[in-house]
Amino acid sequence: MTHPFFPVLVLFFFAGSVVLALLLIAQMVGPKRPNPVKDEPFESGNPPKGDARIRFPVKFYLVAMLFLIFDLEGVFLYPWAVLFRRLGIFGLVEMGIFLTVVVVGFVYAWKKGALDWE
Amino acid sequence: METNLAPLLPSAEVVLTALSVLLLDLFIRKDEKGLLVWISLIGLALAGGMALFLWGSHEGAFQDSILLDDFALFFTELFLGAAAITILSSVHYVRETNIHEGEFYALVLLSTFGMILMAAANDLILFFLGLETMSIGVYILTGMWRERSQASEAAMKYFLIGAFATGFLLYGIALIYGAAGSTHLGRIASALGQTKSHGSIILSAGVFLLFVGLAFKVAAVPFHFWVPDVYDGAPTPVSAFMAVAVKAAAFAGWARIFLYQLSPLQSEWTLPLKALAILTMTVGNLLAISQSSVKRMLAYSSIAHAGYLLIALVAGGESGGQALLFYLLSYAAMTFGAFGVLIALKEGENDHEAYSDFAGLGFKRPFLGMAMSLFMLSLAGFPPLAGFTGKFYLFRSAVVAGHIDLAIIGALNSLLSVVYYLRVIVMMYMEEGGAEGKPFARAPYLYLAIAIAVLGTVYLGVLPAPALDLSRISFISLH
Amino acid sequence: MSGDMILFFILASLSVIFSLLVIFPRNVVHSAMALAATLFFVAVLFLTLDAPMLAILQVLVYAGAIMILFLFVIMLLNPAALEGRRIAWWTLGSLAAVALLLELVSLFFYRPSPSGQPPVAAAFGGPETLAQSLFTDFALPFEIASVLLLVAIIGAVALAKREG
Repeated sequence: MTHPFFPVLVLFFFAGSVVLALLLIAQMVGPKRPNPVKDEPFESGNPPKGDARIRFPVKFYLVAMLFLIFDLEGVFLYPWAVLFRRLGIFGLVEMGIFLTVVVVGFVYAWKKGALDWE
Repeated sequence: METNLAPLLPSAEVVLTALSVLLLDLFIRKDEKGLLVWISLIGLALAGGMALFLWGSHEGAFQDSILLDDFALFFTELFLGAAAITILSSVHYVRETNIHEGEFYALVLLSTFGMILMAAANDLILFFLGLETMSIGVYILTGMWRERSQASEAAMKYFLIGAFATGFLLYGIALIYGAAGSTHLGRIASALGQTKSHGSIILSAGVFLLFVGLAFKVAAVPFHFWVPDVYDGAPTPVSAFMAVAVKAAAFAGWARIFLYQLSPLQSEWTLPLKALAILTMTVGNLLAISQSSVKRMLAYSSIAHAGYLLIALVAGGESGGQALLFYLLSYAAMTFGAFGVLIALKEGENDHEAYSDFAGLGFKRPFLGMAMSLFMLSLAGFPPLAGFTGKFYLFRSAVVAGHIDLAIIGALNSLLSVVYYLRVIVMMYMEEGGAEGKPFARAPYLYLAIAIAVLGTVYLGVLPAPALDLSRISFISLH
Repeated sequence: MSGDMILFFILASLSVIFSLLVIFPRNVVHSAMALAATLFFVAVLFLTLDAPMLAILQVLVYAGAIMILFLFVIMLLNPAALEGRRIAWWTLGSLAAVALLLELVSLFFYRPSPSGQPPVAAAFGGPETLAQSLFTDFALPFEIASVLLLVAIIGAVALAKREG
């Protein structure tokens, strides 16, 4: 049982146990004296106004979409970096072309103000 | 690693042009945007020159995943021409509608790049990437007229249904890969020769799904329901681009994959394809009759024409392939022309797309009236125009392959279509009080595009021999 | 039953349970969180199949980036308005699910014998093997992916950017 990712599993197990344990301990030993003010949702000390679930502006979508696209671009860099030496000049040129095309997209998004929050 | 980059030259040139247009657009003033049109057209012309220069070569690159043969080059030229005509006919349209010019031209070019890949790809992964590049580009083009809500609705519909179709296609590719152990069409074909018993069900399922995915793209009935709303909502030059180039690209892929590489399976799909062809022609024509908007009529007519083109795929072989390629050329000329006249009728906010808007156009704008009459007659299949010659060879290929019934149904359908095509001509010459139509001075590029379409429609009809030879040579080069 | 099998059944049932939790809650945010969990367990399944690269990409791209997009879209659409609405597509959806299940089961029984295929190398799913085939055999699709990403960037900006 020496799967290379076995330590990761152990890590997840311990991290989960710590969270669970802390929550349980707080639940069991902590004093409970609720009052209406304490039960209010925390909004930086101000009395809460309206519903928390409002409609978000479409700007968030643009940011998320651009994040997703550049995240996907980054994904290609990991395996490339692993094999960087063996691929040699060919790999460099290859990634160069790939990045040039994507960077044109980046310049476009930047100049269009898609990265500004006004 | 030695690689032969020649097969990529024209498509690389198209991408380079798109990148330049996109970047330059960011740094020039609004009154200098005309420059973008010229750069796009010069880039397309250069790519076309490269493709001409490469004509006659027969080679592959990247383990033969992309091929350079006359078939690929024929379609490359077709797509480049389609992109050029689309750009010419949108110059005035995008200014009137406040569509961003840089993105518009860049997306037309990038979609064209995807189409070229689809025609040249000899590997299902490359084919899929080409298809996605084309499709996503066209989804965006559809929604680029942001001031009009129908355009956004059309883009959304097109995107959702297109993504659904892509799902089918991709699942099909995955199953074929599972059965054949490769996405390379050559290796799939040789795996077909070896495996007889096991894997054949997976393969058939994969082929069936690929089939459905492509049927969505060419808008064959019953996968056509998105067409009228999308063509109607999209900016008119984009509708023309979709009707001609997207359809041609899907047919190019269909021909390479099914008529050539997977042709041993032909007996399996002949019957469903035949049903698809008959259904597509008939439903398209019947629904076209009842339309009151010419743009929607043209959308249904494009469905009917997909049906005619499917006849060539059923017939297969050399005559089928030749008829397919020739008809795609003819169809491109007359469809671009018809949509072009429709664009010329647009005035400001008012699209003027109803039949009644064509009333009296023959007298008010004699050139537009004459051109539209030619396109309508050609679409209906009257001699001596391109549509007639194209249909003649389509039906002939069906007869040669022993599908006389298909030829008869096709001919009956052509008769049916005369009803709604002639209605436009009757309107233009026998009624009064329609739209004015743009004069030449206000839309010279558009008039140029229409004139090219007129020349093509007449030339392919009167002197079809060179183009027929070209189509035959291109199709044969697949083998 | 071997340890691998037990692990597989645990992971498989967890992903099935969480995928059911995607469909049933009335609160769409809960559905989204359950989907993230499902994607995560599928990633672990990839790990057990010796495809660590795919597993990590699954977490990074799907459970990470795509789930963020999902949540943003939910926030854009104002979830309160969607709550409690049942879409009357149950029959169609169930039929499609059953058809898919039947298809997968039949494919499972008719799968081609593995004898024809070369055995998979041990380092098959590692980043090196993946990079080797991505940057040599699939160099062209890799480059085209950049054009596809560019089209996506243009689309996102051209369609979602507020006119300034």
